[in-house]
Amino acid sequence: MKINGKEQNFSNISVSHLLNHMGLNKDHIVFELNGEIISKESYDEIMLDDRDSIEIVGFVGGG
Amino acid sequence: MKILLNGEDAIVDTDKSIKQLAKMTSYDKSDQLIFIKNGFIVKGDSLVNQDDQVFIIPKDMEISQSDLEQFIVSRHSPNVVEKVSCAKVAVLGLGGLGSNIAMQLARTGVKHLRLIDFDIVDPTNINRQNYFLDQIGMKKTDATMDNLKRVNPYIHIETFDAYLEPDNYEKYLEDMDIVVEAFDNPVCKADLTRYFMLNKSNKFLVTASGMAGYYESNSITTARLRENIYICGDRTSAAKEFDGLMAPRVSIVAGHQSNCVLRIIMNEMEV
Repeated sequence: MKINGKEQNFSNISVSHLLNHMGLNKDHIVFELNGEIISKESYDEIMLDDRDSIEIVGFVGGG
Repeated sequence: MKILLNGEDAIVDTDKSIKQLAKMTSYDKSDQLIFIKNGFIVKGDSLVNQDDQVFIIPKDMEISQSDLEQFIVSRHSPNVVEKVSCAKVAVLGLGGLGSNIAMQLARTGVKHLRLIDFDIVDPTNINRQNYFLDQIGMKKTDATMDNLKRVNPYIHIETFDAYLEPDNYEKYLEDMDIVVEAFDNPVCKADLTRYFMLNKSNKFLVTASGMAGYYESNSITTARLRENIYICGDRTSAAKEFDGLMAPRVSIVAGHQSNCVLRIIMNEMEV
């Protein structure tokens, strides 16, 4: 699967698990799957596979 | 030929130099005149050309209220004043970023500012936020209004003492052209950005992420995430233990956001 333009080796994984694996806090990011913004509520249910194209925008605290 | 002299259209002869135009103003008697042509101070004398924007400003005489409004932006690039006069910008959060951005936009003459924060000024803000010691305990909205009025009383400022969340975005962002995200909390940053990505609109969003510590200044950038969404910061330096928030780097990010707003107003969309 492609994540932010880079090929990565993940398959058959939920959005939640992917974020966990990447060390990202699900509340601090916006997740776009194949051009569509995914709601936070569906992170546990949506399964990803190797054909998917993913964009993740992350934010850090401070301001 | 036609020029703009002290903010008004004027017809002058083609061979006139800037110093000769002083007698067309009410400040001819001054011994300490500042001459500005197209946003740049003229030392000595200089010929004037068609459509030049000229300001002749006394240092030692009283200035009328109507002139003052023009004079305070006499060093602007030509054409900026006209464009910022139509702009409606919301600044969400009046902390390290927001208080500084609001001041920069007020100095720039952005005509309509909507400023939103729920908090009060406390001592821990003073190292980076645009507040003064005698404002501790004041609502940030009130303190910011006071500060902005001291540099540009000619713009329209509305303030809301409120905490922004997805349920009230629509209400608070109504009618705004450009929205500046100046939150502290990354959850709020992500929620607002998600809202903008989900709800296509003509509004622009300028967000911020990563400004802690005293890491390199040069790692701070402005990136264009989507056609109408920009993000300023180094994207990685989170405020945490041993990585504080201090004026220099926070101001750099604030400057990036303010300049991004100005560029959007001037129809320069590229980063």
